Order: sequence, then C-alpha cells, then structure tokens
Amino acid sequence: MITFIQASKRYPGGHDALLNVSFELQQGEMAFLTGHSGAGKSTLLKLIALIERTSRGQVLVNGENTSKVKRRRIPYFRRNIGIIFQDHQLLFDRTVYDNVALPLVIAGYPGSEIGRRVRAALDKVGLLNKEKSYPITLSGGEQQRVGIARAVVNKPSLLLADEPTGNLDPELSWEIMQTFEQFRQVGVTVLVASHDLDLINRMGHRILRLKNGQLVGDTSA
Amino acid sequence: MSRLESHILHETVQRQKPGLSSGIKTYFLRHAQVFFYSLGQLWRTPFAMLMTAAVIGIALALPTGLHVLLKNAQALSGGWDGVAKLSVFLKTSVSDGQAKQLRNRISQLPQVAEVDYISRAQALAEFKRQSGFGDALAALDDNPLPAVLVITPKLQHTDAASIQALADQLKQDKAVEFTQLDRQWLQRLYGIMDIVGRGVIILGAALALAVILVVGNTIRLAIQNRREEIVVVKLIGGTNAFIRRPFLYTGFWYGLFGGIIALVLVELALWLINGPVENLAGLYASGFALHKLDAGTITTLLTLSISLGLGGSWLAVGRHLREIEPR
Repeated sequence: MITFIQASKRYPGGHDALLNVSFELQQGEMAFLTGHSGAGKSTLLKLIALIERTSRGQVLVNGENTSKVKRRRIPYFRRNIGIIFQDHQLLFDRTVYDNVALPLVIAGYPGSEIGRRVRAALDKVGLLNKEKSYPITLSGGEQQRVGIARAVVNKPSLLLADEPTGNLDPELSWEIMQTFEQFRQVGVTVLVASHDLDLINRMGHRILRLKNGQLVGDTSA
Repeated sequence: MSRLESHILHETVQRQKPGLSSGIKTYFLRHAQVFFYSLGQLWRTPFAMLMTAAVIGIALALPTGLHVLLKNAQALSGGWDGVAKLSVFLKTSVSDGQAKQLRNRISQLPQVAEVDYISRAQALAEFKRQSGFGDALAALDDNPLPAVLVITPKLQHTDAASIQALADQLKQDKAVEFTQLDRQWLQRLYGIMDIVGRGVIILGAALALAVILVVGNTIRLAIQNRREEIVVVKLIGGTNAFIRRPFLYTGFWYGLFGGIIALVLVELALWLINGPVENLAGLYASGFALHKLDAGTITTLLTLSISLGLGGSWLAVGRHLREIEPR
C-alpha cells in the first residue's frame, strides 16, 4: 500500500527532514511512526499525502509513484487518503454534520448518499447525537472524533493520523486507537504518528522509529 | 457493532464512485447550492455587501446616465436631420418673373423635392413680423432683403455631398448671389456629440476597470478571511474549481447588485430631470419626451456589471488561491 524507496526530503536551506527512508506497508496493515519532535514524522506523512514532494527517492502509494502525480491531480489523489490532524482542522462555522459531509460534497456525492454515510461515520465514532452541534461546543476528544469521522466518511483505503491523541487523556487516547484498530480490521491501511510510547506498545502493532530523519528501528509486533 | 456500522465497514475497501448521469445531476445541483449559498453568505453582512455594491452601482451609473443623455440628444437632433434645406439667395437685380422661372427650372431637377419662393416683399414682411425691427426698416428707402429660393432635396439626396453638389450647380446661374446650407450647424453638433460619445466610452472603460478592481479587492479579502477553510478543503481533496466556485458566485452577486443599484440611480436621475425637460419642450412647443432606459440598455448594463463582477473575482481567485497550500 505504501512503499518508501530511499526517500529523502530536504527543505530549502539544506535541512534534511528525511534521509534515505525505505519501508513497505501492506494493505490492511497498521503501523505506528514514532520519534522525538523534529525526527521527521510529520514530513513522512506529508510525503504520502503529497503535501510535500520527495527530494530524492520514491514514495509509492497504492502502486502510484507520488512524484508522477501532477499538481492538478493531487485533489483526486488525496480523496483516497483519510487524514487526521492533531489540531483536528475542523471548520468552526459549520455543524458537525456539515464538517463530516465536506469530503462527500467535494467528491460530488448525491444528497441522499451523503446523509446516509455521514450518519454512519458519526455513529462509528459515537457522535450521532451531536450532528447538529458546532465543533466549538464539543470537548477535545469529541472534536478529534469528528475529525476521524470526516477522514473515514469517504471510505479511503488509507488512513494517516498525525499525533491524533496529542491533546487527549490516556483513556480517550485508548478509545481513539481502538477506533483505528476497527478500521484496520476491515482492510484499511492505518499509519499513525505518535510519541506516546506506552500507548503504541500496548496496541501491539508494527513500530517505525525515526531519528533525525532516518529510520532507525522497524519492529513488528 | 450495529448492522449499519458493519455494512459501512465492509464497504470500506470496495469503494464506489458516483455514477455518471447522477454525477451530472449532482454537479448542477451543487452549482445551484453554491450559487445560493454565496448569496446567503453575503446577506449575513448586508451592510458591507451593500457598501461594495453601491460603489459598483455609482461607478456604473455615471457612464450609463451619460449614455442615456447622449441617446436623448441624438434622438432630439435626429428629428432635425430631415429638414436640411438649401437656401439660394438671388441677386436684388433679379425680377419676380425671372425668379419664378428659375424656381420652375430648379423644381425640374431630379434631386429636388420642393422649391419655395420667398419674394423680396415677403421676406421683408416676415422679417418685420419676426424681428421687431419693423420701424427701423420702414426708415429705409429700399428693401435690402434679397429674394430666396428654399430648396428641399428629395430624401435620398439629403446627405452633405449631394446637397453640396446641388449648391455648386446652382451657383453657376447668374441670377444667384450665394447659397447657404442650413446644415452646417447640425454637422457641428453631430461632431460635438461624436466627441462626447467617445468620452463616455473612455469614461466607461475607466470605471469598468475600477469595478473590476473593487470586486477583485473585496474577493481577495474574502479569500484571506477563509484561508484556513481553503487549506482544510485542499487537504481533503477539494479541487481548485470547487474552492473557486463560491468566490466566483460572490463576484456574480456583487455585479448583479451593483448593476441594479446603477439602474435605480439612473432611473432616479431621469425622473428628477424629466419635469424641467418637459417644461422646456413645452416652451419650444415640441412634443419631445425624455427617453427612459430601454430594455436593450438595461440588459447590456446588467450583463456588463455581472461580467465585471465575475471578471474581478476571477482575477483575485486566480492570483490568490494558488498561494494557499497546506503546510
């Protein structure tokens, strides 16, 4: 599903955020990406979502070489990837329902289909009763679950999460991770960047460890 | 796990794309939704929206109003066009009989519709009646006024060149003192109106540019206010076209409302000057009535204002959307 071949990312100014990273993630596999801040976790996720382009090497997503994806095609490429952010990136002037519906509206789904899928996604994260609320009235954990619902509503085959539990207490974090686990069980590839070692050790999945932009550990459970 | 949930989860891997025909229907539905959504967004801040629309309206009302006035002037002077006549002044030595013979000769000419003969006596009588200098003329021994043949050319010969040719031909006659075209002042008036018309076009172009800049700047600010939203939409797969759409429709609404305000302003101005114009026309015993905005002008104005709104927002969107990318 994801293949990194000697991939490097050098930012303008000469800083190597990633250096010769190689690994492969199978369809339906779940893995954690860990390391200190600045180790390159976010950069790695950005290369997969084409928020950044590789400087050298190759990144293949679903068999497609990301460096060959034209700028115009990037939106369509991203529709196959669900992205979850630490700061949720919700739109605060819209209801929970409208936030979750946004990827479907963008992809041009008919209205009836949107309603069905949005409610199913909100049901999945346990927020069906909040669909008319505005994100500002929700707790941090609830906001993050809205973010997850938005990421999965389009049924992507790949889920990326950048520090999804960064601001949550251990119990909520565990619940969020269990939600990811459920998506993995139905064949979604899940890659989660997190520095919460306790939590990811308990999950018992593959762990990729980054240090100064290099892959220094790849332990399968 | 509920049945619904498991259904959704099992569908996750085999994703479906919306079908083509429902896709087209959905596409137009989305356009309509964004169309009215952008209107709703504008109505949420009616004061700011009306300020911008008013600036556009005033900018467009100026050239439109001048255009309407110019059309009125043309309509008014167009009525005088047919009365272009050639006055042939005869030498005072020419007798009444000779003059009448000349009149008959001229009326045989193919390009002449009618010839009026005003004898020296008639000219004097008319002059006395109209000028108020009757007593002064009575003091003169002799009638100083020449006899005149007033020639009305046939309609197809009223252009300047034909009349000039006719005048040149008549000047050859030894009975003719000189000829005078009653048309020169009209040509000068047309010349002036041509210049004014050009000026209206130049003014209109400058103000159209101003409208584009006003809309462009307003949309630029709107884009900057919604920067975060644009980033999110780009992150979850929104195309540039999708992001552009609400801003373009916002430009459309600004153009439409600006055009309507311009119409109202011009109508108001016409209504205000209509009274004095009717008065003046009454004094000239003329049936002239002010031409209001016709359907053609209204359509042109609205089409133009909407195009300018769209154009301005297109420029702003094209320039600024590219700069906003997720980091």
